[in-house]
Formats: sequence, structure tokens, C-alpha cells
Amino acid sequence: MSLRESLRFALLGVSANKTRSALTTLGILIGVASVIILLAVGTGSSRAVEESINRLGSNTLTVLPSSTDDSGGSGAGGLADIASLFGGGQTTTVSGTLTRAPELTMDDAAALVDNPQAPDVLGVAPVVSAQSVQATLDGASHTVGTFTGTTPTYLLINNDTISAGRAFTDADYAVHRRVVLLGTTVAEQLTSQAVSDLVGQTIALNGKQFEVVGILGEKGSTGPQDADDRVVAPATAVQDTLTGYGSLSSISVKASSADTVSSAQSQVQQVLDSRRGVTASDRDYSVFNASSILSAATDSSATFTVLLGVVAAISLLVGGIGVMNIMLVTVTERTREIGVRKAIGASRRDIVTQFLLEAVILCMFGGLVGVIVGLAGSQFTIVGVVPVVQAYSVVMAFGVAVATGVFFGLYPANRAAALRPIDALRYE
Amino acid sequence: MSATTQPVLDLRGITKVYGEGETAVHALAGVDLQVARGDYVAVMGASGSGKSTLMNIVGCLDEPTAGRYLLDGVDVRRRSETALARIRNRKIGFVFQNFNLVARTSALRNVELPLAYRGIGASQRYAQANHALDRVGLGARVSHDPSELSGGQQQRVAIARAIVTDPVLLLADEPTGALDTHSTADVLKLFDELSLSGRTLVVITHEDEVAAHAKRVIRMSDGLIVSDERVTAVDAAPPMTDVAEVA
Repeated sequence: MSLRESLRFALLGVSANKTRSALTTLGILIGVASVIILLAVGTGSSRAVEESINRLGSNTLTVLPSSTDDSGGSGAGGLADIASLFGGGQTTTVSGTLTRAPELTMDDAAALVDNPQAPDVLGVAPVVSAQSVQATLDGASHTVGTFTGTTPTYLLINNDTISAGRAFTDADYAVHRRVVLLGTTVAEQLTSQAVSDLVGQTIALNGKQFEVVGILGEKGSTGPQDADDRVVAPATAVQDTLTGYGSLSSISVKASSADTVSSAQSQVQQVLDSRRGVTASDRDYSVFNASSILSAATDSSATFTVLLGVVAAISLLVGGIGVMNIMLVTVTERTREIGVRKAIGASRRDIVTQFLLEAVILCMFGGLVGVIVGLAGSQFTIVGVVPVVQAYSVVMAFGVAVATGVFFGLYPANRAAALRPIDALRYE
Repeated sequence: MSATTQPVLDLRGITKVYGEGETAVHALAGVDLQVARGDYVAVMGASGSGKSTLMNIVGCLDEPTAGRYLLDGVDVRRRSETALARIRNRKIGFVFQNFNLVARTSALRNVELPLAYRGIGASQRYAQANHALDRVGLGARVSHDPSELSGGQQQRVAIARAIVTDPVLLLADEPTGALDTHSTADVLKLFDELSLSGRTLVVITHEDEVAAHAKRVIRMSDGLIVSDERVTAVDAAPPMTDVAEVA
């Protein structure tokens, strides 16, 4: 018998019990849709992580002080560095017995600028941080998440843009001018009008007057950390008013290109080691490479994506078992029909084809609707992640759905075909 | 032996044993039966007489334990399942007690079914199925589902399905068992007509009314043929035919 005939019989079989077919299809539908949506969420979140780290500047190195304490060693220092990076540049105090006060100074930062020993260093910016800075304007007040005092080079290293007003300049830095750049979150907290209206106004930071000269471009948020809840000001003015003339929180360094990040890192270490009289074994600072966290974060988000995919695949598997279950019921119900078909000349292959096609049609239909639901569902932001639909996941989910139909349809179809016509005809 | 004189059915020493050893049941205990082309045979017997087993073996739905069976000159023993399916499709038309039409499938589609399994194209199938339905007097009801037809009509669809392939043997198992008197008369009249047109019929029944239409009546008991009575000649009209009416 031709495939077209088998297909017609299979379609008749599927449409004979529409409610049951629809419910069976639902299992596959949910499986396929969840594969597509969950993989899209996984991909979307890893894109978001990559983007936010790229915004940090993938060519960036961060020099952080680390205490050479007896208990933790450099490993603990490294952890503290990462913690402080995610804490938005706030310094973390590592407990333990300090043998030396690890301080980064303005001179350390200056030593790295245009140093012939560090040819791969493009830019250097010292960073001083102030904690719990209260910004107020006309009664509106906001505690700034990250308060950074630095040089204009910082904006270049950090890939920062200015959405309104201007950046502060080397001249502002040199004359300790009290000017600030506001992140959009801070700006929105201080005014109910357009944030650009703040440019030129004077705000109070912990009671000290600063003039707003510009608004920083939006960076978006990653996880709980709002990258726009920040204020950037010249380090000189910040030290005058808020932090005093102590040590630096960190030094930001930009390598000349993505390929020279590691050589820039070793050059920075060389320069600082000789300045501070330390070696690799008793180094009291650490140089942190943004691209290394990029790869770590990418790895972890890939794991996350795989886990989501596995969960979705399990639901597809459950859907497939549902199809097998219903096909077995169908075969039992239609035992007589199978007997009649065999009596009037249907071969084993005809029966297998018919029931296999029924299972495949159920799965294909479920897969098709699942793809539509999956694509529609991926248009929404899910737990703060904008899903990115991967073409391969759509093709794969649909393909797996059809394969599920074949796999789970095979057993019921063979059982149908193996029925002996006299037994099948006698079946009540 | 030429094709015309060769019997449609030639069973020799057919036995069928279910089970083994002491519990073995001899459903058929050595049956010899020849049915010539154009004959109309009624096989009668009480339940358990072996007539259903005989029908299954004659219909190639079951294999005999021993003996030789030629259907239209072809030995059907030890054939593959696929080969048996093909033999059933080409040589035999089945009519069952409970019609056994495929549900939710129109009369026309039901009648087309054996042709579809034979691999015949749609247009030829359509023409042949329509012709067969005309032949049983259901030309106007081709698009009805079995559930929309009366028992008699369903059985006539089943007969159309049985004759659409032009089989050498029409094998009916209690064809009137589920029908009222009126429908029974319709079906029996149809059988008479088919016999008149030269078809070979074997009808399994326990109703004397059905057997009265046959040219030859075989009675079975305990797996053996106990009587074989010839009513009219193979090439004569069936006994109950009102020749004038049919003509």
C-alpha cells in the first residue's frame, strides 16, 4: 500500500478521538516549547553576562591590594578581589593577621603610565572609593551604590559614555574641581524631571557641594548589581572632601588590545613588584584580568544552559511516554479493526506504518504547536533575562519530537502488527 | 488439470490440534473437502463442531496442524505472514457475522480498503468500489459511515467489500447471525444472485434457513464432516432462486 494511503488512515485514526489526541499532543507541545524557551533563556542570560563583562572592558586589568596574611595566602586574596569586583569596586577587608599594610598609592598608578617597561599598557586610572555616600538635591536623597574617584582615563578604560553634559577633564582633575558624573539610577532618584536637567545643578554628596557636569550613559544591570547606581568624580576632589589622602582602592589598567592583556598583566606585575620590593611569592597586591572572569562566567552560563536543556529534554521524554501510552490504548481499542484489516489483506508492514504514522503525526503536530508556543513565549522577558532563540534549538526540538514519535510509536505499532488476525477478530 | 476444472478448495486430511498431550483438543480430526468453482456450500454444525476452525483455515487466517490445503491450486502451507496476507487479499472475500466494517470510514472507503492494500490507484479503486456497491444495491449510500447504516445495509457493504477484489472464494461466517428476518432475506437473495453469476460461496452457518439456499450442505460434528448433501448441481441455479425474478 502506498504511503499516502497509510497517511490517510493514520490521519483518520488521529482525528477519530480529537480530545485524546489533543491531550496527548499537549505533552509533546510542552516539551518542545520548554526546550526552546529554556535554551533561549540560557542563551539570553549568557549573552547578558558576556555583554556586561564586555562593558566592563575586556581589555581591562584591575590591580587590587591583597593582604599577605598568614592564614589565607594569595588564594584568599584572589577571592577577595573577585568579591570586590562584584561588589562594585568596594574594598573588602580580609580578616587575618596582616604582616604588612598593603597599600596602592597614586605613585603606583603614576609609575605605570607611559612606562617603557610596560609598553602594552594603554591607559591607567587610580580609583578611590567612598562608602555610603548620600547624594541630596532639594530634599531628594539617595545612597550611591558605587562612588568612584578617579581620572578622566577611567572613563576610557571602562568604556563609559556620556549621555548628557560632558565628562570631567584633566584640568578638572588637576585643579581639584568638585564636579561629578551621575549614573542614570542616581540621577533618576534625585529629580523627577528629565535627567539631563541635572547638568549644571549643584548637589550635595555627604554634605559637600559638587556640580553635576554630565550624566553617564546607561550600562544596564546584571543580576542584583545595578551598574547605573554610581557616581564618578575626579579623585583629587574626592580625596579633598570625602575619603582623605589614603591609599587607592584599586588601579584600573587598559591593555592596548585584547591580544596583549596577558603581557600587559605581567608588565604591570613587573613594574609594581620592583617598586614595592616584592616577588611573585609574597606579592601584596593582585592583578585581576577581566577576560578570565569572562571565560569563567561563560563556562558557568553554558553549564546553566545545559541544565535547562536537560530539564526540558526530560519533559519531552515524559511527553513521548504519554504518546506511547495512548498508542498502546489505541491499539488495544482497535484490535478488531486491525484484525479486519489483516483479514482483507493488510500486511504487517501496512499495520506498522499506519500506527507508526499516527504516533509521528501526534508528535509532529505537538512539535509544530510547541515551536509556535516556544517562539511566542521567548518574546517575553523571563526572570529578568531576554531570551535569545537559537535556530538550532528550534530545529532540534522539532526533530527530537518527531524522533520521539518514531521511537515511542514503534513498540505499539509492532504490537498491533504482531496480532494474529483470528485472535484480533475474536477480540471483544 | 486445467484452471477451470481445478477445484477452488482442495483440503486433504486437514487436522487442527490445540494444546499438547492429554489436554490436546482436536478441533479438526481429518477433514477432506473439495469445492468446485461456482459451487455454493453451506457448512453447518453445532458450536464446537469445528466449523469455525475450518473457516479460519480455509480463509488462511490459521494454519492446519497437518494435511494439505490447495486454494485455487496454490499450496498455502508454511507461507510467510506477508504472503498469506497477499493470498487473503487476492483470493478470498470475507463476510463476518458482525460486519467488521472500519468505523468512522464511509461505505465507499470501506469497500476500497482491500484494493488499497493491493496497491491499486485511487481512480480505479473508486470506480470498482462504486460498482461493487451498486451490485449490492447501495449505490446511493456510498458516503455514509457504518454507524449511519442499518445492520442489513452494513452487511451489504461488507459483501461489496468482499467481492470488490473479484476473489475466487467468498467466505461468509454466520453472515445473517446478527440480522433481522427482513435483512436476512436480503442478504440471502444477494448470495443467490452472486452464485448465479458464477461465484464460489462457502457459508458457515447454524441456521437451516441459510443452508436451504445452498447447492450443497455439509454438516460437521466433533471435527469431522458427518454428511455431505448435494441439493442442486454445481452449474445449476441455487435451490431457492426464483429464476424468473432474478432474470
